Amino acid sequence: MHIATTQTFTAQPTFRDPRWLRVSLILIAVSFIVLFLCVPLILVLSEAFSKGWQAYWSALSEPDTVSAIKLTLITALVTVPLNTLFGLCAAWAITRFEFKGKSLLTTLIDLPFSVSPVISGLIFVLMFGAQGWFGEWLSAHDIKIIFAVPGIILATLFITFPFVARELIPLMQEMGSEEEEAALSLGASSWTTFFKITLPNIKWGLLYGVLLCNARAMGEFGAVSVVSGHIRGLTNTLPLHIEVSYNEYDFVASFASASILAGLAIVTLILKSVLEWKQSQNRV
Amino acid sequence: MRQSHVIQGFAPTLGLTVVYLSLVVLIPLSTLVFKSLQLSWDDYLNVIGNARVLASFRVSFITSLAAATITSFFGFIIAWVLVRYPFPGKRFLDALIDLPFALPTSVAGIVLATIYQPNGAVGQFLQDNFNLKIAYTPLGIVVALIFISLPFVVRTVEPVLQEFDFTMEEAAASLGASRWQVFSKIIFPNIFPALLTGFALSFARGIGEYGSVIFIAGNLPYVSEVIPLLIVTKLEQYDYSGATVIALTMLVASFLLLLLINLLQMWVRKRSGQL
Repeated sequence: MHIATTQTFTAQPTFRDPRWLRVSLILIAVSFIVLFLCVPLILVLSEAFSKGWQAYWSALSEPDTVSAIKLTLITALVTVPLNTLFGLCAAWAITRFEFKGKSLLTTLIDLPFSVSPVISGLIFVLMFGAQGWFGEWLSAHDIKIIFAVPGIILATLFITFPFVARELIPLMQEMGSEEEEAALSLGASSWTTFFKITLPNIKWGLLYGVLLCNARAMGEFGAVSVVSGHIRGLTNTLPLHIEVSYNEYDFVASFASASILAGLAIVTLILKSVLEWKQSQNRV
Repeated sequence: MRQSHVIQGFAPTLGLTVVYLSLVVLIPLSTLVFKSLQLSWDDYLNVIGNARVLASFRVSFITSLAAATITSFFGFIIAWVLVRYPFPGKRFLDALIDLPFALPTSVAGIVLATIYQPNGAVGQFLQDNFNLKIAYTPLGIVVALIFISLPFVVRTVEPVLQEFDFTMEEAAASLGASRWQVFSKIIFPNIFPALLTGFALSFARGIGEYGSVIFIAGNLPYVSEVIPLLIVTKLEQYDYSGATVIALTMLVASFLLLLLINLLQMWVRKRSGQL
């Protein structure tokens, strides 16, 4: 039979595709990626600097922008640690024990992923808004949740809820509990076992989850937009500040703020690649 | 499975998980159900039967379907190229695929609107050469949704292509099958379920997408107004019941569609299993 072709075939089956096909498919893929991903990324920077460094810098040092940056950082500082702690607890309970309703619990954890951001904001308005469940009680006690910082934090907590847990659950499942059991039966305390055995094994996966959680916490727009009320200098996070400036035709300010978040996205992508690489090293 | 008696911490971790899940996710979500229970059937029909609401459902579903179809096609080619062909800069492009996950939707929104508006980089070109308007039309919504959903397709198809068993291809080729026959009879049927999953994820994301769409859509009622925007509009008018009804209908409709796609997927799996 065709021995010659079979040999090249076994070595590198992909080269069976004719050259014209390979080249045109690569061209299609690369142009699509360039058009849809590279051009937008470059445009953020070129628009932000379109009026020069000075305009860029003065847009960023405007009090409203500074307060938006602060609020974004505060939101991430509250939500990321809480959801990380939750993710660790959930992964521990789900992967180290057998109990009824486990698969239901795993499904429920993923629920926020399948809910539209706008609905994620809406549910908190239904709870704490003027005509919401606790609306009257809250206004009687002069507590503001909707159109205030607590609402923003709650909506962000909801949106970023699954990130750490869903990263850790498959990882810890795969890892198994033999090492932990060995340490415990040799007399190590539970905490020692967790810090000396579990944590070193899951650290890259954990960081990966935290990274994605943080990116979403700082970048969430839809849900936060619904609960924030867009009060300049008070309840505008960076993504909302971008919208407000854009709608006021202040494009330099809008794209300057956008460039910070685009920078965050690039850093996230780089760290993500590094962590993926580290994790694959860890498994070997 | 064997229950470990050595490992501790079951009660506190599960307890905390359930309490936190209830507080942050379940109780807030239940407001949707309770709010809609307060409404009568007539209230419901009044909101949903409104021409503007129906138009927004049409706009959202058509644009999401169109975007998911286009993304599935190009996403498949991209995944194919990234897995099978070596070329310079491949790792960089592969990492870039996740950009829409990492880039906040409002950033994506203003950038895409700027590129595709009539005097924007791509918008001007299309306007001059093809008399095609993208921004401030339903086509703009499709463009935004393609951007948002690209990683869903590529990242679901990629691993399946990667693990695809080359020996099947070899066997078919050595038995005399042409390259096209190998692709259409061996490779594609094996990848198809993953492609469907990617399609479903794109579609679901598209229906609910807000941030990247509102800047480029123009938001003309009856023409380019999407469901999430209408929910926000209702909320701004303090029409909580209206917003809830639309939200719940959108959830149920997209859930049904996903169920349909899941069934289709099961049917495809079964069929390809019998082959």
